[in-house]
Amino acid sequence: MTSSPQPGIDLATRTEALESLLVERGLADAKTIETFIGIYETQVGPMNGAKVVAKAWTDPEYRARLLDDGTAAVAELGFKGPQGEHVVVLVNTPTTHNVVVCTLCSCYPWPLLGLPPSWYKDGAYRSRVVKEPRSVLAEWGTELGADVDVRVHDSSSEVRYFILPERPAGTESLSEAELAALVTRDAMVGVAKVPAP
Amino acid sequence: MDGVHDMGGVAEHFGALKPLDRDEPAFRQAWEGRAFAVTLLANRAATSSNLHAFRRALERVPREQYLADYYGRWLGSAEILLIDSGLLAPGAVQARAANLRGGSVDEPPDPEPDKPTMESAGGGNMRTVDAPRAFAVDDRVRVKADAPLGGHTRMPAYVRGRTGVVSALRPAQVLPDSAAHFQGEAPEHVYSVEFDSHELWGPEGEQFSLTIDMYESYVEEQA
Repeated sequence: MTSSPQPGIDLATRTEALESLLVERGLADAKTIETFIGIYETQVGPMNGAKVVAKAWTDPEYRARLLDDGTAAVAELGFKGPQGEHVVVLVNTPTTHNVVVCTLCSCYPWPLLGLPPSWYKDGAYRSRVVKEPRSVLAEWGTELGADVDVRVHDSSSEVRYFILPERPAGTESLSEAELAALVTRDAMVGVAKVPAP
Repeated sequence: MDGVHDMGGVAEHFGALKPLDRDEPAFRQAWEGRAFAVTLLANRAATSSNLHAFRRALERVPREQYLADYYGRWLGSAEILLIDSGLLAPGAVQARAANLRGGSVDEPPDPEPDKPTMESAGGGNMRTVDAPRAFAVDDRVRVKADAPLGGHTRMPAYVRGRTGVVSALRPAQVLPDSAAHFQGEAPEHVYSVEFDSHELWGPEGEQFSLTIDMYESYVEEQA
């Protein structure tokens, strides 16, 4: 079985081997590989989602469009593509806290948040957050009161869920760009709140 | 397919969470970026970028390899897809890797290409379905408990046999259970179904709601 673990072959070598075999057969080329890497290293990441959040915090009409049709509203800012076919935005408030997971793999809204971070792909998060979400959030430093309605969303279809976090207090005078700089990936998945400046 | 990937609520994975690192880059090491790109290209060559076949291949990666590393898992799926479609011979990657590290082993000849195909109604996974929806918001539905095992499905074990309420209607989509096996797109209506935590896990434990998207054939009416 070629798919069995391969002791002695490190993953970097295995990658290099697979790449060279594909390149020889005309199924991959260095330029396309570099392009794919570059897109996710520089163009697509949580800074995109942060722009959506900051705009929604400062523009009530945009916020309404975002909640009505997330896919169209994020496309207004140029955010679309693989793993962003249908975007649904969920609003976190002082009394409702949404959190997103994919228990079966690692589905994640790439155009808004980039590729998922280690903790999101890890078995501890995928197994626990659908059974003990308050404990998970507390372990990461967010204690939710008993009066908070906790809502966990398991991404099992091609719908991608994106959290509009609470705007922190003391940010009334900040510009949209300054607000965007405050917004974290963690808050847009719902495992934390946006920290006050 | 029940397997290591179906992690929701599975106690053996309960452990310390990895830290929230706000600055974690897209790729922590250079090879991860190349593994990401090469796997996407492998799936393009092997399946015309069938996302569901890719997930199905991830689910077939041996358990130890699946759990060891995320991009290691991707490499495993790429090799499975390339071998399934006759683009690479079993053992080809291992032989090449050995030769890259100074070995001198024979590399197996390429097999006959046997790329699976499936008609597609268009790009992506959102589709229109002419048949009326079977369920409406606020309907009580039960996730079928007797789903066939062994193939690909997006019905996790922890919701099987459980009763919830339709909380939102989602666009009709390509059915993963069919498309992953190249048996056609078979699009279905999709519903967000909300469950009480105690319905899923019993009366003990935390109080919260769990919402998951269910393809229409995954659920049945619950009076």
